[in-house]
Amino acid sequence: MDWYAFLFAVEVAVGGLLSGVMYALVAIGFVLIYKTSGVLNFAQGSMVLFAALTFVSLVEHGVPFAGALLLTLAAMTALGFAIERTVLRPLANRSPMTLFMATLGLAYVIEGAAQLIWGTQVHRLDLGISNAPFEVGGIFISTFDLVAAGIAAAMVAILTAFFRFTRTGLSFRAVADDTFAAMAVGLRLNRIQAAVWTAAGAVALVAGLLWGARLGVQFSLSLIVLKALPVLVLGGFDSILGAIVAGLIIGASEKLAEVYLGPFVGGGIEGWFAYAVALVVLLVRPSGLFGKKLVERF
Amino acid sequence: MSVTAATIRPVIPAQTIAILILLALAFIAVPHLASPYVIEAILLPFLALSLAGLGLNLLTGYAGQVSLGSAAFMAVGAFAAYNFNLRLGLPLPVTLVLAATTAAAVGLVFGLPSLRLRGFYLAVSTLAAQFFVQWALTKFGWFSNNSPSGVIAAPSLAFAGLSFDTREGRYLLSLSIVTLVTFLVHRLVNGPEGVNLIAVRDNETSARVIGIPVLRTKLWAFALSSAIIGLAGVLWAFTYLRTVEPAGFNLDRSFQILFIAIIGGLATIRGAFLGAALIVVFPLLLARLSGFFFDGSIDAGVVKLVERIVLGTVIIAFLIAEPNGLSAMLDRATRRLRSLFGRS
Repeated sequence: MDWYAFLFAVEVAVGGLLSGVMYALVAIGFVLIYKTSGVLNFAQGSMVLFAALTFVSLVEHGVPFAGALLLTLAAMTALGFAIERTVLRPLANRSPMTLFMATLGLAYVIEGAAQLIWGTQVHRLDLGISNAPFEVGGIFISTFDLVAAGIAAAMVAILTAFFRFTRTGLSFRAVADDTFAAMAVGLRLNRIQAAVWTAAGAVALVAGLLWGARLGVQFSLSLIVLKALPVLVLGGFDSILGAIVAGLIIGASEKLAEVYLGPFVGGGIEGWFAYAVALVVLLVRPSGLFGKKLVERF
Repeated sequence: MSVTAATIRPVIPAQTIAILILLALAFIAVPHLASPYVIEAILLPFLALSLAGLGLNLLTGYAGQVSLGSAAFMAVGAFAAYNFNLRLGLPLPVTLVLAATTAAAVGLVFGLPSLRLRGFYLAVSTLAAQFFVQWALTKFGWFSNNSPSGVIAAPSLAFAGLSFDTREGRYLLSLSIVTLVTFLVHRLVNGPEGVNLIAVRDNETSARVIGIPVLRTKLWAFALSSAIIGLAGVLWAFTYLRTVEPAGFNLDRSFQILFIAIIGGLATIRGAFLGAALIVVFPLLLARLSGFFFDGSIDAGVVKLVERIVLGTVIIAFLIAEPNGLSAMLDRATRRLRSLFGRS
């Protein structure tokens, strides 16, 4: 392999790693909810769509950037509390599979509602981040991807601090650790769940803005849930660190496979390659790289 | 002591009689009386989706393994039948059996992870089947005889001098297949294999302890369920749509089948039929209603969105209020009717 081919491979890998960060961004929303309530929230993708669509529509109606951000955040909070009240509370103590199927229904409702309210046309979203690539030692890196990675890192830092230093964060961890004990010491489960879904909504907003700026805000934005799922299984459903590491692995391997393997099989393998990687790892580690081991007790 | 007629257990239970009457109506009356619209737009998709729902119910309802890749197995069945017919020119029943076998083989491969994975990890990994199959069928022209974008057209459906190409013929063919498979599944789930499936669903470890071959049962459930869903795919492509592309078997179709199983009632046979009826009729009804009340002033796209919202709400409502689905509601209704007419 000559030097330029090597540089090209590195460039592909770096590009893949950075897009992996974007996958992880979506996956983190799942992890937050799974950790505290044991629900695999399929509606996370539609929440991303809802957040991005609300934000971009507000901006198009002349609301300033910060105002639109706050209003969207308020909308996601309302959504979180509404979901807790109408879906989670009536389904309390039901099997995780039932809750998962409920979130499938929820995804349909949120997707439909978001497009009913704001219309189905494609919106362009400009966050004012340049997309010009810059060169580092012969490798071109997209500025936008780098900024996105920075924002993701900041978000993880904020989440970690939130979990470690705030009362609400502590109660999240208590509920995740042992729901019944948390209730026994007087934590209000309903409110905590609503707060967790709100936090996941905020994560969805960040993911929606970054993905929306890249792909345009439209229905297909909710399909990134399908990109996040293999990341999630690979990393383990209940680990934020896992989501990040798995996002990086999947992002890089997917891009490398598309470039070096794709031509042999006709290309377009991005749709399923991530699942294949996740499956292979799962066969060795059935709870993902960082997931909690399933213990069966009877 | 005289034995009155009432104390003798009837030779044929009432439920069997009801089903036989229903079948007689479906086989004899419907082809003569139903309008072309009813057959084309309601009965044909209903039959195909019922069969798919039945297949998934075997896997998810009875064996407890959630699959999000049902549409992929429908696609495998449809494309396999197309190719067996095109390349080998076998008689129709042989083609159908081979298509089901192919779907079973593919199902077996994608069922292998179930030996290691549980719950959500398994559900997500079944998505691999969904995306891989759709990709392969679109990417490799061989599967669709090199037609652009992978579209296949149904061949002429004929067997033993009978042609099933007319609307009524396709309906009768579809109905016969669905009836036969449903009968076989009914026999199966009420036999020892059905008990094995339920034991694996309810508690894997206990099932193993009492000597049920858990791994074999799981794989076998995957294969059988995929075979049935594959047949449903053949019906969908050959009797209902007549031309089909791989994109028609997308993730939304998989969810639709899962919804049929949930709304109808998991681990019941009639649930698949009730659920499919609701899923097929409901959008038509909604479109009619909006046409009636708003006189076409509502855009078709908006109606689609409303349909999505209502469907999602219905799913959640069923999960909350009636987790055992339409089947349980039907049970309650018949019980009430019976007590009304004093047959206690």
